[in-house]
Amino acid sequence: MAFVNMKSKEVQAKIVYYGPGRGGKTTNLEYIYKKFRERIKSDMVSIKTHGDRTLFFDFLPFDIGKIMGYDVKVQLYTVPGQVKYDATRRLVLKGVDGMVFVADSQVEQRKKNILSLKNLQENLAIYKKSIFKIPLVLQYNKRDLENEGIPILPMETLEQDLNSQLKVPSFPASAATGENVVPTMKKIISLTMTSLQSVMK
Amino acid sequence: MGYDDNVSFTDYTLGQDQLERIETVLGEDLIKSGVHNALLIDMAGNIIAKSDNGSCEHDLYSLAALASANFAAVDTMAKIVGEEEFSLLFHKGEKESIHFSKVNNEFLLITIFGKAVSLGLLRLKVAEAVEKINAVW
Repeated sequence: MAFVNMKSKEVQAKIVYYGPGRGGKTTNLEYIYKKFRERIKSDMVSIKTHGDRTLFFDFLPFDIGKIMGYDVKVQLYTVPGQVKYDATRRLVLKGVDGMVFVADSQVEQRKKNILSLKNLQENLAIYKKSIFKIPLVLQYNKRDLENEGIPILPMETLEQDLNSQLKVPSFPASAATGENVVPTMKKIISLTMTSLQSVMK
Repeated sequence: MGYDDNVSFTDYTLGQDQLERIETVLGEDLIKSGVHNALLIDMAGNIIAKSDNGSCEHDLYSLAALASANFAAVDTMAKIVGEEEFSLLFHKGEKESIHFSKVNNEFLLITIFGKAVSLGLLRLKVAEAVEKINAVW
């Protein structure tokens, strides 16, 4: 549902970070915002509760320059991860062009990852979109916790749990240290742009 | 439930001519009446067309994202209390106020205006503009 403005030669694409609560979606955006501060003209918008949990969404507009003569504006969103906020999650998904699923690598979060991915599939179906067709990247976050002695799931288990059917690009990452945050974003932007190219020709 | 193969494009198409007509409506009907900014956005938060009086430096992309989310949230609240929709959506500020108006199922018209414009006049002008924008299709 990207909006292509033929008059001003501008494309607006919406990329949503999805995943279980406290998985690091907002931390991904905060890292990107910090890293590209000089290139991002506006402020990052966060609608949070007092407890610092995402209440509605985070929003980060990002000009990525020109592609095929079009000025491309990517709009990065996160959803609230907590189970109770399903209604607001659905609202944020409206018009989504690409998705990053941020999974939590901690052993004790294994079930929550699987449930959240299933929830994503159901919510995309409301907009008649298939999780198998939309541009999607998986990120296995919090790999750095291993150094602190916290048990984390092996990559193979995460792939088996979440990516055995989807078979999409995936990254081990640490949003807190920034490891693989930018490669995750670059990958989803490139997948999204590829899917949009047919309409920009 | 069937899936839509065209995952990557809007449900609507607007030609250059249509966009120009919409921008003319925003400029002639709203900005000339004293409105600071007029934005036509879609329900996903994209800016479709905009016009301003040249002296505003608001972050309109963030505003559009928040406005569409706000509208969707209020719309869902309306349904919960058994209303089809709430017809007046208006936030009053000290210097700037914001008015939301649904154009059709896809689009919202957002106007930002100061003290010089009364809410009554604004609603009248917005209603006229909505009618003209709907006539563009």
